[in-house]
Amino acid sequence: MQSSERKLSQLRQLEAESIQIIREAAAEFDNPVMMYSVGKDSSVMLRLAEKAFSPGTLPFPLLHVDTTWKFQDMYRYRDKIEANLKGELIKYTNPEGVAMGMNPFDFGSKKYTDVMKTDGLKQALTKYEFDCAFGGARRDEEKSRAKERIFSFRDSHHQWDPKNQRPELWNVYNAKIKKGENVRVFPLSNWTELDVWLYVWLEKIQVVPLYFAKERPVVERSGTWILVDDDRMRLEKGEKPQMKKVRFRTLGCYPLSGAVESEADTVPKVIQEMLLNRFSERQGRLIDFDEEGSMEVKKREGYF
Amino acid sequence: MTDDKDLIRDDIEAYLAKYQKKEMLRFVSVGSVDDGKSTLIGRILYDTGMVFEDQMAAVRAASQTEEPDLALLTDGLKAEREQGITIDVAYRYFATDKRKFIIADTPGHIQYTRNMVTGASTADVALILIDARHGVLEQSRRHAYIASLLGIPHLAVCVNKMDLKDYSQEVYEAISAEFTEFGKTLRFKDIQFFPISALVGDNVVSDSENTPWYDGPSVLGYLETVPIFADRNFDDFRYPVQYVIRPDLDYRGFAAEIASGVIAKGDEIVALPTGKPSKVIAIDTYDGELDEAFAGQSVTIRLEDEIDISRGDMIVKPDNLPRVTRRFDAHIVWLHERPLDTEKAYLVKHTTQTVRAQIDKVYFEVDMGTLEEKPSNGIELNDIAKVRLSCHRALYVDDYQKNRETGAFIVIDTLTNNTVAAGMIALEDSDQNIDDVMKELHAESAMEPKTFVSPNERMERFGQRGATIWLTGLPGSGRWTLAYALERKLFDEGRTATVVSPVGEDLRSMISAAKAVTDAGLINICAFPSPTRKDRDELTARIGEDRVIQVYVNTDEALCRERRPDVDTSNFEPPEDPDITVALDQMRIDNAVALILEALKERGQFEA
Repeated sequence: MQSSERKLSQLRQLEAESIQIIREAAAEFDNPVMMYSVGKDSSVMLRLAEKAFSPGTLPFPLLHVDTTWKFQDMYRYRDKIEANLKGELIKYTNPEGVAMGMNPFDFGSKKYTDVMKTDGLKQALTKYEFDCAFGGARRDEEKSRAKERIFSFRDSHHQWDPKNQRPELWNVYNAKIKKGENVRVFPLSNWTELDVWLYVWLEKIQVVPLYFAKERPVVERSGTWILVDDDRMRLEKGEKPQMKKVRFRTLGCYPLSGAVESEADTVPKVIQEMLLNRFSERQGRLIDFDEEGSMEVKKREGYF
Repeated sequence: MTDDKDLIRDDIEAYLAKYQKKEMLRFVSVGSVDDGKSTLIGRILYDTGMVFEDQMAAVRAASQTEEPDLALLTDGLKAEREQGITIDVAYRYFATDKRKFIIADTPGHIQYTRNMVTGASTADVALILIDARHGVLEQSRRHAYIASLLGIPHLAVCVNKMDLKDYSQEVYEAISAEFTEFGKTLRFKDIQFFPISALVGDNVVSDSENTPWYDGPSVLGYLETVPIFADRNFDDFRYPVQYVIRPDLDYRGFAAEIASGVIAKGDEIVALPTGKPSKVIAIDTYDGELDEAFAGQSVTIRLEDEIDISRGDMIVKPDNLPRVTRRFDAHIVWLHERPLDTEKAYLVKHTTQTVRAQIDKVYFEVDMGTLEEKPSNGIELNDIAKVRLSCHRALYVDDYQKNRETGAFIVIDTLTNNTVAAGMIALEDSDQNIDDVMKELHAESAMEPKTFVSPNERMERFGQRGATIWLTGLPGSGRWTLAYALERKLFDEGRTATVVSPVGEDLRSMISAAKAVTDAGLINICAFPSPTRKDRDELTARIGEDRVIQVYVNTDEALCRERRPDVDTSNFEPPEDPDITVALDQMRIDNAVALILEALKERGQFEA
C-alpha cells in the first residue's frame, strides 16, 4: 500500500472503492445487513467490511440464508467465522420449505431454489425489516449482471426491474427509498474472479476447504461431479460413489454444485488452473442451465 | 494475456505479484449500433484472450453469420437482445500484461445521453467510433462534447470500417483534420486518432499491414500506455467525511475516501462547517498506520483536538479551501422522463452531503445538434443545460473541470426518489479565505422563504387542480345548502374539497382565504355574498381567472324574497357570464350538485 509514487495498484484501488461503497451504505440506510453465503466472495466482502470500520466492529449483522443442504464443510466454516465474529450472524431458513420437506431431489432444482433460497431470502429481509442487503455478486459473473448497479433498487416485493434502475454516476450513490423498499448493494461489482482469488491470497483470507482439490467421494451427473456429502444424498440406480481428486469453483447446495477434477490444492494453484482453463465461473452451478438468460429471470424474482 | 501465459504456467506467484500491481484504466466506448462499437469491444476481448470457451460457443451458436459475430459478446440482457439494441450501460473487464481495464459500454439510440453520461462519469478515456464512410457526423461531435463536459481527460477517436474505404490515407486524414479542428473547442488533454477495422481487426490489438502509412499505436497499445496517473488531483486536499468510527470513548476516527489531494501525519487541517482547526495525529487503516495518504485511498483520520465532526462535513487544509456556498452554477444533464420543475425542491447529493435544493434559473440549454447555446423551453430527458442552484445548506465545492470528485453532484426527486439529473459545478475563479467561508456559513439561508411544493406536485398528490367554486345568487337562493352538499359529494368521490365558512363580514378576507385554500391544491367552495360585478371581478382577479368557477344559483326571485324578506337585494347584479347556472326551485339539490360535478370534470379539474 505504501508507495512513494502515490499510485494505487488496481487491487488496492478496488479495495478502496469497495470500502467507500460499504461505508456509504452503512451511513445512509437505517437497517442494513450483509448477506453471507460462506463462499469466497462473501469472505472477501466480509474482510472489506472489517477494513471499512476498523478498529470498530461491523455496524450491521451478517445473514446466512440456510437452505439446509449446504456442504457440511460450509457449516463448519460458518460456525468458525461466527465464533470469531464481533457481531451478529443471523441464520434463517424458510420454515414453510422445511415443513414441506423441501429438497433438491423430489422437487427439482428450480422449485427447490425458489423456495429455499429466493423465498427464504425475501422472508428474512421482510422479517427483520432490512432496507439494505450487501451482496457479493460481481458484474463479470454473468451477462445480465454486467448492467447491475452497485446500489440496485428493489421494490417492496423485492423485485428487480432491469428497465427501472437509477442511473449511477461517479461514486455518488442514491440511497433514498420509501418504506418497504430496499436496495441490494454490491461492493464487489467491479472485481473479477481473478481479483477475488488474488485478494484471498494476498490477504491470507481463510476460505472453505472445498475450493481446494482433495480426494472426495463423488458421483457423475450431467457431466459434472456431485459430492456425496452426507447420507441424505440419493443415489440413482447403478450409481456408486468413487473417490476423485476434485475441487469446487463455486459453492452452493451440495446436490446442485458440480466439482471439477483438479490437482490445485493451494490458492496460487487454483488461480493458475483457472487462468489456464478458460471456463466461465458459474458453469459448476447446475441451476443456471435451465434456460438462456435464466439468471436474469431469477433476479427479477428476487434471487441475488 | 498471451505473453503472460508462460509466466502463469511456470511461476504463478510471480505472475500474481505482477498482476496485482497493475494499474487500472476505465474507458467508455461510445457510438451508435451501426458504428461497430460492440464489434470493437468484442474484438478487443477476443484478441486479448479474455473470452471463455463456453462464451465463444454461445456466440457461435447465436451468430447468424458464418464468422462468429463478436458484437454478441457484449450485448447483454435478454430484453435488449430481443429488441436488437442495448438499453443500458454494461461493464466489461479485461486485463493485459500492462493494465487492467473496465469498459463502460454505452448503447446508442434511445436515452443515449443519459447512458453515456453514466458511463463517462468515471472514465479516464473516451473511445469514440466514426464510420469512415460517413465521416464526422453530428453525433460524433455530440459524443465528444459530452465526454469533454464529463471531464474525461483523454479522447481516442477510432475511424472504423477502413476496410470499406480501401484503407485510404486521405479519408483517414480528412476525418482526423476535421475532428482536430472541432476538438479545439473542447477540453481534452489529448486526442488520438486510429485507422481501424473492428471487423477485420486492423490496428485494434496489433498493428495492421493494411495501413503502412500509419505509424501510431494500436487502440489497445494506446489504452495500455496513455498516462493517467497525473489525471488525479493531488493538489487540493478534500476529505468528505463518510462515517465516524467510535468503538469506544478513547477512539474517534473520521472515515472517508480521499476525494483529492494528499494528507500527512502532522498536517494542519480545518473542519467545515465549524471552521475549527486541528492537526492530523494518525491516518489509520486496518493494515496499520500510514504516514501519508492520497486521493483515492479509503482511510480513517484521527485529530489532535476533540472537535465536532460528523458525516457530510469536510476536512480540508487551511491554506487550500473549497468554495463554500449555497448558490452555484452548474451544467446539468437531465436523466429522467419527468421534466425539470423549477418551482419544486429537489435533493442534491454532493460528496457525502444531501441537501434540499432548487434549480431556480436556467441560463441556457445546449442545442444537441449545433452544440450551441439556445434559450430553454423546459429541461427534459437527455437535455443539457447550464443552471443556477440554491441549496438549503452550504456545500463545499470545486469547479468540476478541476476536481471531478467535489465538482459532481446528483439530483434526486423528493417524491419518487429517482435520480433525475447529473450536475457538474461551474465556478468562476475567486478567492475565498476562511473568514469569507465563515461569513457564508453563518449567513441566512440563501433561499428565499417560499414553498418547495410545486402546483404540479400538489396536483399529483390530490389528483385534482386547486380551484375555487364561487356561488353567486340572491340571499335565500340556497347557496350555502348547495355548497355543503357539493362538499359532501366531492368528498365521497375521493376529492379534497372544503367549504370555508364566512370569516367576518369582509369580502376581501374571504377572497384571501379562498386563494390560500386554492393555492394548497384543494377545491374551495364559497358562497359568501358577492352581489356586484365589481366584487366578482375582484375575486377572479385575485384568485386567478382560470382557477375560479362561477356558479350562478338562479333560484326564482320571488321564492328567495319569501325566504329572506328581511334582506335588501337592490344592489344585486346577476352574473353576466357564469360558468354554470343552476335553479334550485326547478331541480333537486343533488341534481344541481351532479351538474356542477359534470362541469368540473369537463373542465379537466381532475386527473384522469
